[in-house]
Amino acid sequence: MKKISRSARRNDVSLKTGGYARYISDLHFEGMLFAATYRSSRARAIIKSISIPQLPEGYCIVDRYDVPGLNRVKMLVNDQPFFAEEQVNYIGEPILLVVGPYREEIEEIISQIEVEYEDLEPVFTMEEAEKSGLIIYGTDNRIVSYELLKGDPEGAFLSADETFEAEYETGLQEHAYIEPQGLVAVFENNRITVYGSMQCPYYVKRALMQGLGWEAGRVRVVQTTTGGAFGGKEDYPSIIAGHAACAAIKTGMPVQIIFERDEDIRYTTKRHPSRIRIRTALDSNGGIAAMDIGIRLDGGAYAGLSSVVLQRAMFAATGVYDIPNVRVRGTVYATNTVPNGAFRGFGGPQAFFAAEMHMQELANRSGENPLDFKMKHAVKKGGHTVTGGLMREDVKLQQMVQELDRISGYSKKYKSFLNTGVGKYRGIGLSLFFHGCAFTGSGEKDLIKAKVRLKKHADGRVEILVSNVEMGQGPQTTLRKIVAEVLEIPLDKVLYDNPDTDRVPDSGPTVASRTVVIVGFLLQEAAKKLKKQYNSVVELEVERKYEQPAYVQWDQDNFRGDAYPVYSWGVNAVEVEVDPVTLVATVKGVWGVYDVGTPIDEKIIRGQIEGGMVQGLGYASMEVMEGANGKMRQGTLTDYIIPTPVDFPGMKIKLIDNSYEFGPFGAKCAGELPFVGAAPAFASAVQHALGVPVWKIPVTPEYLMEVVDGEDTNCSQW
Amino acid sequence: MKIRIVLNGKPAVIDTDPTRRLLDILRNDYNLTGVKEGCGEGECGACSVLIDGRIANSCIVPAGAVEGSEIITIEGYRETARYRALRDAFEEAGAVQCGFCTPGFIMAAEALLRENANPGEDDIRRALSGNLCRCTGYSMIIDAVKIASAGGKELW
Repeated sequence: MKKISRSARRNDVSLKTGGYARYISDLHFEGMLFAATYRSSRARAIIKSISIPQLPEGYCIVDRYDVPGLNRVKMLVNDQPFFAEEQVNYIGEPILLVVGPYREEIEEIISQIEVEYEDLEPVFTMEEAEKSGLIIYGTDNRIVSYELLKGDPEGAFLSADETFEAEYETGLQEHAYIEPQGLVAVFENNRITVYGSMQCPYYVKRALMQGLGWEAGRVRVVQTTTGGAFGGKEDYPSIIAGHAACAAIKTGMPVQIIFERDEDIRYTTKRHPSRIRIRTALDSNGGIAAMDIGIRLDGGAYAGLSSVVLQRAMFAATGVYDIPNVRVRGTVYATNTVPNGAFRGFGGPQAFFAAEMHMQELANRSGENPLDFKMKHAVKKGGHTVTGGLMREDVKLQQMVQELDRISGYSKKYKSFLNTGVGKYRGIGLSLFFHGCAFTGSGEKDLIKAKVRLKKHADGRVEILVSNVEMGQGPQTTLRKIVAEVLEIPLDKVLYDNPDTDRVPDSGPTVASRTVVIVGFLLQEAAKKLKKQYNSVVELEVERKYEQPAYVQWDQDNFRGDAYPVYSWGVNAVEVEVDPVTLVATVKGVWGVYDVGTPIDEKIIRGQIEGGMVQGLGYASMEVMEGANGKMRQGTLTDYIIPTPVDFPGMKIKLIDNSYEFGPFGAKCAGELPFVGAAPAFASAVQHALGVPVWKIPVTPEYLMEVVDGEDTNCSQW
Repeated sequence: MKIRIVLNGKPAVIDTDPTRRLLDILRNDYNLTGVKEGCGEGECGACSVLIDGRIANSCIVPAGAVEGSEIITIEGYRETARYRALRDAFEEAGAVQCGFCTPGFIMAAEALLRENANPGEDDIRRALSGNLCRCTGYSMIIDAVKIASAGGKELW
């Protein structure tokens, strides 16, 4: 193990174990008022009138007329209002806030508000969005549509010996961070300051600048200790920051918005549901000649980050396999449901579920061990990605699957578990996957343009000034380690506070597994620069800006070239036991081998891997979230079930060191990757145990009953 | 209604509506913000406290139900040697990420170890099953309790 990989002391542990750490709901501001949101009860309707009861003294309403700037939440497209205007487009869309000193009174006022609606016909499913002819978004209900081509898929299908087609489906997933969404806005000296639980202080800042119509100098955003996020606090805090800010400006008092759990589950962003169809052309030797892939994502009522989620899904559409001829078409449909957004993996988990289950089925049809079949088609150094990019890095998949096979006994179990037919059914499943590190395409260079600073204080301590946040994933340890290691100073001489946009440059959002590989690398470079003068100057600030490695070639218009500068890789095996009567699948073993470059702190990486895999196993097996007529059926942690300590066994994890030249001390990305492979490994284990194909997740016993009874019809005509 | 309790070792009299949530009393009246609200429905365990030595979700305990009880929150517990053993074990095992659930897990671990100083893995998983963590996947928390149990022989 390299020195940098040895686990360091996390400086946030004793603050958190002892309950000293202050999260947003623990902070009190003098005179602070509370706000709660009045939401649409209709999926699609014109607001005819709003009737507000007589308000007690000290209470007020904040609505669209209180937004001083543009009533649109700044994301990629300006389509989502902070507060509804003439029309509402999903159940739960914010219409107004009630603000005042007591929560109980606020709830009472909310219960007396009456809105008169004129209902419009809504669209609830992707199928309706595509086919019903009813237009609810743009001209064709498509938030975005893309196509990419590799080789000559048309020609390959014409000369194919055989084709195989299937469709895969994935469901909604709720982040279920244990700390609900929350922010406090303070209006003082003609400036607004927002404190809160968030991943992207500068996203929030820019959303406030647009919503308030104020210049940068009047808007300050400070991240507070954040109790989990997983993508759920990437885009959503921008909305409630606007709400709280407008309320603080109107009342002149600090205003707190903390979501109730049911509000958080029902009305904040979720993982996009997907329907992915893959048609494969096989040549006369049974090899894969081409794939034609159609990806459909349900975006919900507004565009949000859906276009980039779709891009990441498309760039993972053929999994880790180097398929010579490919067409990928992707569409995000609008529906009158809660807008979907960022969630760990960001389109990757949906695409990998489809690709891995498809490859599993192709292996089953060929009679080969899936591991051997998959490795025959896996990309190698010098091969090409689905966007035609050259695979420059050393791909260690062969070594990784060998290690996985050794620790899990996959190949042996795959054979010996077949056709036991007695007692409980056993099965073992496998997945191979990657995660493209950092922003998709030219995002880092053209959109983010990260900037970091290091400040040497007079007492010799060095402070990291970046906008990236600690939300549990460990950067306040890993980034400090990188700087301390370069400067050869003790770790406790490196400081890194929660970011405050008045103090830190915009090093980009805390998303896309980019914090270590992009921001950490810039900090390493900055530290090298600082080191030259560390002993000769008393105080000094050095800055470093992102420069794209020269080898990266990307054509955003045609999706050609290097979609990512580098990839992290994983292989998983999951073993299950399925009860033949109840069809409950119990996980008996979980194994993972990962290449995340050189790990910066093995303990933190293990935490990311185990946490990510358990989230992924929850997604695969138990996390059911469904809408019915635009309304979420689940609204509590009693009916939206996430994994508990008794649901999955401990897992065995191995790391393969594969140093990356443009990562700090050779590190690549790690945060999202471990989520990606769990679902296909679990689902293929169930498939192996029961001997029936599994097309969708979550794989619940109810779904398996349908499959076993032959009621699940794959490849519906849609 | 006047409710007498012993809170973190000190006698206290709370004059309050007996239907008020214990969680709100602890957080708002006593500023004991280490007790977290994650769900408000007794599912997540972030608000766990010890009531007469037993683990309880303070978000579903009405004030009237704790008359005469001894309540220990993380703020009281963190002054003990047992806490320090658990803290060190949580650090060693890498059991802390975002931290929002952590005080609740510490209290649940204490509730287990005071009943069973040498729990096996299944005992630990069952004892902590009323607490949710979305970051770690639990195994490192389980390891932490094992480490504390092994190293804290004289404590529990």
